[in-house]
Amino acid sequence: MSQVLEDDQRIIEFDVRTDEMLVNMGPQHPSTHGVLRLVLRTDGEIVSELEPHIGYLHRCAEKIGENLTARQWIPYTDRMDYLAAMNMNLGWSLAVEKLLQYEVSEKARHLRVLIAELGRIASHLVGMGAYGLDLGTFSPFLYAFREREKILDLFEEACGARLTYSYITVGGLTADLPPGWLQRCEAFLEQFEPIIREYHTLLTTNAIFVKRTAAIGVLSPEMAVDYGCTGPVLRGSGVDIDLRRDGESIYTAMYDGYAFEVAVMKDGHYPRDHEYPAVPVDAVLGDCWHRFFVRMLEVVQSMDLVRQAIDRYSRCKGPLGEPLKLAEKLPAGDAYLETECPKGQMGFYLVSDGSAIPWRVRARSSSFSNLAVAPELCRGCLIADVPAVVGSLDIVMGEIDR
Amino acid sequence: MRGPRFIDELEAAVPGAVVGRNLEAIDPWLEIAAEKLLPACRWLKESCEIRFDGLQCITAVDWFEPDAKKAAKVAWEPHTELVYHLWSTVARVSLVLKTKLPRWQDDQTGQIPEVASVASVWRGADWHEREVYDLSGVKFVGHPDLRRILCPEDWEGYPLRKDYEMPLEYHGMRGR
Repeated sequence: MSQVLEDDQRIIEFDVRTDEMLVNMGPQHPSTHGVLRLVLRTDGEIVSELEPHIGYLHRCAEKIGENLTARQWIPYTDRMDYLAAMNMNLGWSLAVEKLLQYEVSEKARHLRVLIAELGRIASHLVGMGAYGLDLGTFSPFLYAFREREKILDLFEEACGARLTYSYITVGGLTADLPPGWLQRCEAFLEQFEPIIREYHTLLTTNAIFVKRTAAIGVLSPEMAVDYGCTGPVLRGSGVDIDLRRDGESIYTAMYDGYAFEVAVMKDGHYPRDHEYPAVPVDAVLGDCWHRFFVRMLEVVQSMDLVRQAIDRYSRCKGPLGEPLKLAEKLPAGDAYLETECPKGQMGFYLVSDGSAIPWRVRARSSSFSNLAVAPELCRGCLIADVPAVVGSLDIVMGEIDR
Repeated sequence: MRGPRFIDELEAAVPGAVVGRNLEAIDPWLEIAAEKLLPACRWLKESCEIRFDGLQCITAVDWFEPDAKKAAKVAWEPHTELVYHLWSTVARVSLVLKTKLPRWQDDQTGQIPEVASVASVWRGADWHEREVYDLSGVKFVGHPDLRRILCPEDWEGYPLRKDYEMPLEYHGMRGR
């Protein structure tokens, strides 16, 4: 080789360049929240492309729904987002009630709010704890599960199950609360409230946590809407949408008269932000930190809603009402309804030909759309940031794969 | 919905797009001609006063009755119906679009029907269209990467079609 070529800088670059490498992450990776497989195309430490492979939990629940009556499908909705099964039950029940144009009793309405908001707290606690695990800290997980366990105990008392409840059902709820339940729930809230400050010191303001999440995986509001992202992922980008306030009337009627502020940053401020730690200077609206923080704010907001619901429910005099028959005939037609679940807007669509068994059921999963944006967020980030980004979307595979 | 004014504008902007409507239904819907779907969607997102900037869901409904006795009684012809649920994050209104497709292209069993992809209008449509392709067998022309998403790549058939039968065996596993 001639002297000229040996000194050529480009040839030296070529010799030491790193090859593009395909790295397979999952499907049994601990930080992919279930059986999710990510294929990363990496150049050294930089991820140039990320491709999620899903479907490992696919059971074709929609096909099963074409062979069962509307109420019989309730347990299958439990197994979609198994961390917030109460909210799944509620979404499907309301969609069927929308088609039937059926209204539940006032007491059932308040009990549904109470249960759904407790479910939201439980789901966000798992989201918070598991996010800590993703970033390599184990303790917050234990703290979060300690409190979640108490919510599960309350649910178990109310309906007998700890995870797959089928408690909220078409036409109401399967049973009323046992005696003394409200007092125990109030005692839990009393004990839970000061602990939230503890969570904030563990993660929200933790210097390492902020370094790992601030300005990582920034999702612009336009992109969030374009991809159909919903829930805390959308609100974390500063889009002021919460179906509990902006949804369809059959759903917002549940929250009529309840006072709450949507947890979203407006003019640089979160609602009631003097009560919480300040937003770190490094954080950018739409990054992992903000998505996490919105969930933490929603825990407090849900606690408020639970308190209001306890108050209203205990003042309701009338009976709770019986749920509809197991094989209630559905009118011919179709109805689509989205509700604000902890992970985002979960939509249920059913088409009926006039019999008791729906002709077609469809579950529009919020995690499905939220995960679809992950390749965009991870382009150009470090391999170590991939769990931070995917974890901040708070996905649950049971709901994505259905 | 705010009233049908924007529907007239849609008809003017994309002639022949709206072929049916039911504004009294629980969820008011418009039926869009399959070949006008893409321009109609683009207009609804980009030019309509109520900007339908969000695509929430795409569903395929298989209108087919496998039981010959029951099939004789139904009022509809067998077809595949695509249902698009749109909404506007600004005006907070939703809209349902329905499109009718044949169950099989040119009546040839095994030839899945084709329709234009709207993934270029809403990027979120990408995965939803892959799911419809995977489970209901609709080919979205112009989709950037149309492959199965929930079922394995070598899966055969479209599970959400009414005449679907589980395979007897898949890679040595018993199906039914």
